Amino acid sequence: MTRLPNFHAAKWDEPVVMELGRPGGRGQLFPAPEAEIAEAVGDNPVPEAMRRKDRPVLPEITEFEAQRHYLHLSQMTLGMMGVSLFGTCTMKYNSKTSEFATWRPQIAEVHPYQHPDTLQGVLEIMHDFDGILQSLSGMDQFVFQPGGGADAAYTMTAVARAYWADRGQLGQRTEMVTSIQAHPCNPATAAAAGFTVINLPLEENGYPSLEALKAALSERTALIMLNNPDDMGIYNPEIREWVQAAKDVGALCFYDHANFNGVMGKLSARELGFDACMFMLHKTFGAPKAGGGPAVGAFGCSAELAPYMPAPVVAKQGDRYVLDEDRPKSCGKIREFWGNVPQVVKAYAWARAMGAEGIQLASDISVVANNYMDHRLAKLPGIERSNPDVTKRRMEMTRWSLAPLHEETGIGTVEIANRMADYGIDPWWMSHEPWIVPQPFTPEAGELWSKEDIDLWIDVLAKIMQEARENPELVRTAPHNQPIAQVKGDAFENPSKWAMTWRAYLRKRDQAAAQGAA
Amino acid sequence: MKIGLVVNPVAGLGGAVGLKGTDGADTVAEALRRGAEPQAGLRARRALTRLAARVPGCAISVAPGPLGADWAAGLDLRPSIAPLPERRGTAHDTRAAVLALADCDLLVFAGGDGTARDVAAVLPQGRGLLGIPCGVKMHSGVFAISPEAAGAALADLCTAQGGVQWDDSAEIMDIDEDILRAGRLAPRLYGLARVPRLRSRMQAAKGGPRQDAAAALAGAAAEIARGMEAGVLYLIGPGTSAGAVALAAGHRPSLLGTDAMLDGKMLARDARSADLERLAQGRRVRIILGVTGQQGFLLGRGNQTISAGLIAQAGREGLIVLATAEKLGALAQPMLWVDTGAPALDADLTGFVQVHTGPRQRRLMRIGAAA
Repeated sequence: MTRLPNFHAAKWDEPVVMELGRPGGRGQLFPAPEAEIAEAVGDNPVPEAMRRKDRPVLPEITEFEAQRHYLHLSQMTLGMMGVSLFGTCTMKYNSKTSEFATWRPQIAEVHPYQHPDTLQGVLEIMHDFDGILQSLSGMDQFVFQPGGGADAAYTMTAVARAYWADRGQLGQRTEMVTSIQAHPCNPATAAAAGFTVINLPLEENGYPSLEALKAALSERTALIMLNNPDDMGIYNPEIREWVQAAKDVGALCFYDHANFNGVMGKLSARELGFDACMFMLHKTFGAPKAGGGPAVGAFGCSAELAPYMPAPVVAKQGDRYVLDEDRPKSCGKIREFWGNVPQVVKAYAWARAMGAEGIQLASDISVVANNYMDHRLAKLPGIERSNPDVTKRRMEMTRWSLAPLHEETGIGTVEIANRMADYGIDPWWMSHEPWIVPQPFTPEAGELWSKEDIDLWIDVLAKIMQEARENPELVRTAPHNQPIAQVKGDAFENPSKWAMTWRAYLRKRDQAAAQGAA
Repeated sequence: MKIGLVVNPVAGLGGAVGLKGTDGADTVAEALRRGAEPQAGLRARRALTRLAARVPGCAISVAPGPLGADWAAGLDLRPSIAPLPERRGTAHDTRAAVLALADCDLLVFAGGDGTARDVAAVLPQGRGLLGIPCGVKMHSGVFAISPEAAGAALADLCTAQGGVQWDDSAEIMDIDEDILRAGRLAPRLYGLARVPRLRSRMQAAKGGPRQDAAAALAGAAAEIARGMEAGVLYLIGPGTSAGAVALAAGHRPSLLGTDAMLDGKMLARDARSADLERLAQGRRVRIILGVTGQQGFLLGRGNQTISAGLIAQAGREGLIVLATAEKLGALAQPMLWVDTGAPALDADLTGFVQVHTGPRQRRLMRIGAAA
């Protein structure tokens, strides 16, 4: 057993920055303008009507104090700097080399409103990365506008709508068929685009039956949206038959490659018959994650669907790269400009550094790592693998259930996630909705984490399960070694309990005080 | 949360000796004569043992003697015994015990469908119900899957932070045992009970949006009501799910019986089979159904007024099914079942049905023949 760290997070018991400092505290003391300048611009160059009446409410604090305060805040965030086997998110190291690449002025200081003649370098990267993704998927064209995986799924529904409208069948093709275990962004985006969502249940093989799919398909089906493998880690070997069944009723087929890590370089979505797919550059391709937008869901499709994808796309004419905006059948923009270009550059750098063989090897490593983890986790009493009757090996991740431990001790997945933070381990990913596995957790090692890291992670879990049996209160009230204790989630649903700005905080505090006094 | 416990000590007695149930003093006597040994108290103790291990010193109100207190003795619990003369386990005793424990928020009973009926008949409005499964028949949607699961659920409820969520639509079902002994299964819906939502099977992620099951159901019902075709007779089966469609169409459903709608009008409420068949003559028929909790029955449990003839007339394509994703997720097996009494019809109905789980949301479910 690994030696478990005797961890405690930093806890700086400091007020917020607005309450730091003292009257007159300054970050910078600017010199007074020279006499000639003062004479030229006058006493106050800001026109009367534009001058503010009050001084801005800013903390009066030295630069050094501000630096120290924000360093302390960064130390008190959980970060993602423990061992983080955060399943379905494919945690990868975001290398400094690709970070430096995006700091180059040719990336950092260009703007999409520039003339394309002055953007040839960045356009070349986007064009070539499109080519790399085409090689990995067999698709004919990629676009990088979508700001994340769900945005790329939404792009698919927008493309499908444009495709069926162009054929005069949008009134008839109203349904989208997916698995209950597909990422929820698939049913959610299809619903947002106006489709009726039909979920297929999992059956005995751990994925929906072909028979169920055929029962759901009809001339009303606009498209099917699938993950394979899904988050249970089970690969559906009948995928060709699935795509064929959808084709038989004329439906479009979308491969959500959120779980691409286990099959990178091993299969091609187009060869399996899919019309479109998406890759998440911020997970599979080593670019940084970001909440709610600054990521990239690269959307790719066949030549038949390409006229409907968002514009512009990067094209090569002769030896020049151009932005093809003239696409009359396009579904329109999914977001502004060309998407998050620095992410594309980082993903390009990752792919070039890995090479085709490296990408395949990374896929093998991630599957081996997960199977090593499965082997060890299976020996822990109190947890069980999802679809326990399905004996075949899982791919790059496995969903597990803590139901036996929960029934025995009352300690479930939420409590254990909180307690993991006490060992400097990042809380785990539980499950996407719906929770069809009770008390779920879903670790994914990927190709990054070492055997030592994986062993430490499992040993911490084993220790906490032991604590759950011997001292459940310790686990129930965790975390204890973090800067703050357990957060009661109910405040999230009550706007009077939170504030995004100092001004809102003061207003809500005063309101609460007034109500208390009344 | 104040918890009350009543045990029907003779529940399940008939099962092991082939009596299909234990309703009535004569059956109890017959079961004992055949050598049956009472199990319900021991099963209640299994649930209490789990509760005591999880929440030591937990306060619980109990009926006296073999109706409760005996099974809590010696466990790390703080039982308070309701004032009641000790009796042996007749329906009358169960009801009297429930009335004595009526100030509890949650009434836990050890028994089967017959006990559930007796408890539900006198349980005051707004009180919750949870069954420790001990009976021969357990078609009602109020039972935990095992005594241990019941004990774990009680522990969860005692320690729940942020309150307990309730579901007011659990079916109380029972079968006429004399008819059952004659070879026919004819369960009836006797009422709807309030049960705690046990979140061990499904739980919204912390801080995430919680799905509003009632809103999803109402949305699905509104969509179905909007899509009702002229000239088609809609039979609305028992239960709140199917009844939501009548509500969405502006009518009050009977909930315990089958109603019939045509061209937006309610033609019959709580109708008998013969009346429904008369209305269906010469018309296209569609049948709006809910799903029974835990067991997943579509037809043949609580809705026998919808006769095999009517079902055949509608066909599988004529079935319109509503259930929340939560209810489907909590089924003991991920399937729906039919038992129409006509094996050939049951075979025709097997296959897949799209269950409406919310507005523009459906879940495909496999239908199996129960018989």
